[in-house]
Amino acid sequence: MHVPDKLSSLADLPVGTAGRISSVELDGLLRRRVLDLGMVPGTQVECIRKSPVGDPIAFRVRNTTIALRSDDASLIKVYPMA
Amino acid sequence: MNMQVENRGRVLREHFGIAAASGQYVIALAGNPNVGKSTVFNALTGLRQHTGNWPGKTVDNAQGTFTYQKKPFLLVDLPGTYSILAHTVEEQVARDFICFGQPDATLVVLDATCLERNLNLALQVMEITPHVVVCVNLMDEARKKKIAIDVPALEKELGVPVVATAARRGEGLDTLRETLYQVSTGVRKSKPRQLVYSPAVEKAVEHLIPTVQRLIDHKLNPRWVALRLLDGDRAFIESISRHLELQLNPKALQEVAAL
Repeated sequence: MHVPDKLSSLADLPVGTAGRISSVELDGLLRRRVLDLGMVPGTQVECIRKSPVGDPIAFRVRNTTIALRSDDASLIKVYPMA
Repeated sequence: MNMQVENRGRVLREHFGIAAASGQYVIALAGNPNVGKSTVFNALTGLRQHTGNWPGKTVDNAQGTFTYQKKPFLLVDLPGTYSILAHTVEEQVARDFICFGQPDATLVVLDATCLERNLNLALQVMEITPHVVVCVNLMDEARKKKIAIDVPALEKELGVPVVATAARRGEGLDTLRETLYQVSTGVRKSKPRQLVYSPAVEKAVEHLIPTVQRLIDHKLNPRWVALRLLDGDRAFIESISRHLELQLNPKALQEVAAL
């Protein structure tokens, strides 16, 4: 799968790859929750599992596993890493 | 001084449904979900506890008592939260109690196996009040995962007392009781590390503080209030009016909006 060099989002990360968060474009309660769980700009996040329909997606961040809907994950932008 | 004490008792009773006996030290118990807060609560209070609701909210409230050095303590269990920048009822309850219930100490329980995420709440509480005791719990779990915690270094960084515990094994509880006693009675004073924001924010806070101090009359940490005003936290502004029985001057709010 082609992983673009430019900005993509957490939703674009293939399983087993990691990205570094560049911005969190969510609002309200979910934004606060995501930031509180440590998903802030500069943090490395790994995609560890996707459910069969691609939604929700499990991510590993700061030693915690968090599940996000793919719609919400698409609003967390990242720089892809190897 | 007596007026203040009477007033605090009244606020506790009327706003939070908590009946503190005269001379009883009130300790708020905060922490992320799943850090062993209930274990710490049970370990300190034994069977001397009862549960109910926070007035007007569908959020559980547990209170328990213990005695240490012949002094009575009332431990109030707050809902488990990741932060108290309140967006949920639980966070609002926790925030309101720490701010307006004026506990003699706030005990923040952290999980030794994920300190980084847990420190978020501790730092937020430290912005509200200096009377904080940090309890790093689940030390037995940390040992299993080969995680070592440098407690003195953490204490130095935070500027508040830090006690390591494994509450379900009874480890560290004596030190915890002693530390709570020292902080509640004022024997031990802390200088909690204050978060420093960007120059623009700090400048705005500096600008707001004189007005804020006039409004709240030292009942709350003015820096904390200024930051919440800049956040535009409407719910908090309403809470202040309600709990401090003040009318928040609309002119002051306009000043904030201008900033």
